[in-house]
Amino acid sequence: MSANMVALAYLVASVFFILALKGLSSPESARRGNLFGIVGMTIAVATTLTLTQNWILILACIAVGGIIGAIVAQRVQMTAMPELVAFMHSLVGLAAVFIAIAAVNNPVSFGLPEVLPAGSKLELFLGTFIGAMTWSGSVIAFLKLSGRMSGTPIVFGGQHALNLILALGMIGFGLWFFFSDTTNWTAFIAMTAIAFVLGFLIIIPIGGADMPVVISMLNSYSGWAAAGIGFSLGNPMLIIAGSLVGSSGAILSYIMCKAMNRPFLSVILGGFGSDGGTVAADSGVQKTYRSGSADDAAFLMGNADSVIIVPGYGLAVARAQHAVKELAEKLHEKGVNVRFAIHPVAGRMPGHMNVLLAEAEIPYEQVLEMEEINSDFSNTDVVLVLGANDVVNPAANVPGSPIYGMPILDAYKARTVMVVKRSMAVGYAGLDNDLFYMDKTMMIFGDAKKVVENMVKAL
Amino acid sequence: MIGDVDPVIINLTVFVLAIFVGYHVVWNVTPALHTPLMSVTNAISGIILVGAMLAAGPAETDWGVWLGAAAVTLAAINVFGGFLVSQRMLEMFKKKDKKGSA
Repeated sequence: MSANMVALAYLVASVFFILALKGLSSPESARRGNLFGIVGMTIAVATTLTLTQNWILILACIAVGGIIGAIVAQRVQMTAMPELVAFMHSLVGLAAVFIAIAAVNNPVSFGLPEVLPAGSKLELFLGTFIGAMTWSGSVIAFLKLSGRMSGTPIVFGGQHALNLILALGMIGFGLWFFFSDTTNWTAFIAMTAIAFVLGFLIIIPIGGADMPVVISMLNSYSGWAAAGIGFSLGNPMLIIAGSLVGSSGAILSYIMCKAMNRPFLSVILGGFGSDGGTVAADSGVQKTYRSGSADDAAFLMGNADSVIIVPGYGLAVARAQHAVKELAEKLHEKGVNVRFAIHPVAGRMPGHMNVLLAEAEIPYEQVLEMEEINSDFSNTDVVLVLGANDVVNPAANVPGSPIYGMPILDAYKARTVMVVKRSMAVGYAGLDNDLFYMDKTMMIFGDAKKVVENMVKAL
Repeated sequence: MIGDVDPVIINLTVFVLAIFVGYHVVWNVTPALHTPLMSVTNAISGIILVGAMLAAGPAETDWGVWLGAAAVTLAAINVFGGFLVSQRMLEMFKKKDKKGSA
């Protein structure tokens, strides 16, 4: 294929990628969008295949990777989506590093001059260090999300100073690589190694509930890594696809930060909620709360006109989505208006709750975003909070509170509030939740799935 | 005229425009589909597969080619895994009209 034909085919593929993202604007067009993505990728790969000589080796590798990918995609539990996404980000990062090393080793195979020009060196430097940080950061995110590593932030003195020194060292080696006349492997390897370490160090101080930001940020990085490689290879399609992903991840990070009312920088510097688990020291007065059984709750809901269910991370942990669906159906049969209210940061990744509810076949018309439903809480009979805490904490309306200003679901405005929780322990922000001590609140202790199943039985 | 422009500048032009396109397209994505958005973009960032194929491409096999082959495998996991899991998720968001037919 002539170079122009290749470039045109790449242009077509790029357009398909844009259409893929455009399709996601509504659930109706989303599957077609995904199909566009697949078409774009097929065009891109088929075109590239004509430029290579080892096509048997390449096809074999694609087959192996494809089979692994297909098996993983088939088997993964919907509750495990956050760790799957983190795992896949890490692969992009590592692949970017491998490609950059191969390009430094043999620039000619990428259509670059034998002796790398300064511009290419700079681009390879960028692609490598973003890729390396994406890889190690994603590995930590994966370990934290899958529970193989504790979600509590790891902080130590001089952490930020150490990160800064490493970052400067990395840039130093990068400059050395940049200004060397011949291929300076020492500088290149040192730079890559530091980038790997930096990726680890940046993610370890960030706690579990900040994961929606981290995972979006790594999503963004993986895109920039692809774009960086695109610059090195002078390939506009890689640049376009990479930038689409990069800006998508950046927007998601922004939305998540806004939903927590925390500046991006403070999330990234980490350490928030590091004393999670201890009860916030306040007045010291023993506050009383009312606890009830699943049967009492079922009775109240069965006689209500309207019920709003607020799911949180606890729902995902308990895998209670199918039980919740049964509950919603039972209530619906009794003529109760049941809806779901989703806070943007509920769960461990953007849109986490929506996917779980969709998996349980809850019609998405019943699932509403915070802005759509917040004004309805005041004329709702019963709010059922399932494994959520900080996102319904009225302390967000109290000036001086650590979470002051965070947009919350106004569950406290409903006539009756029921909270299903395992214990009275504080949420991620380490704050006591006044909602639990209100006169109209009933606490139901236990595993979300068991409690909901008992409610279904009682109805 | 345009022939004298450094290719890096042309790439930069593409880069900046693509960011704008991405910005506008992504703001239109409904929040309910943010998880599928992540998995689709994940698959799209598997486009790095193209770079990996070029690395694995040369006929004379040295260690760089093997590194490229490893990158091809990793990126392929991403592409297939990402698109297939998105498809699986998006099936779940299908409108259910069971009530009407049953």
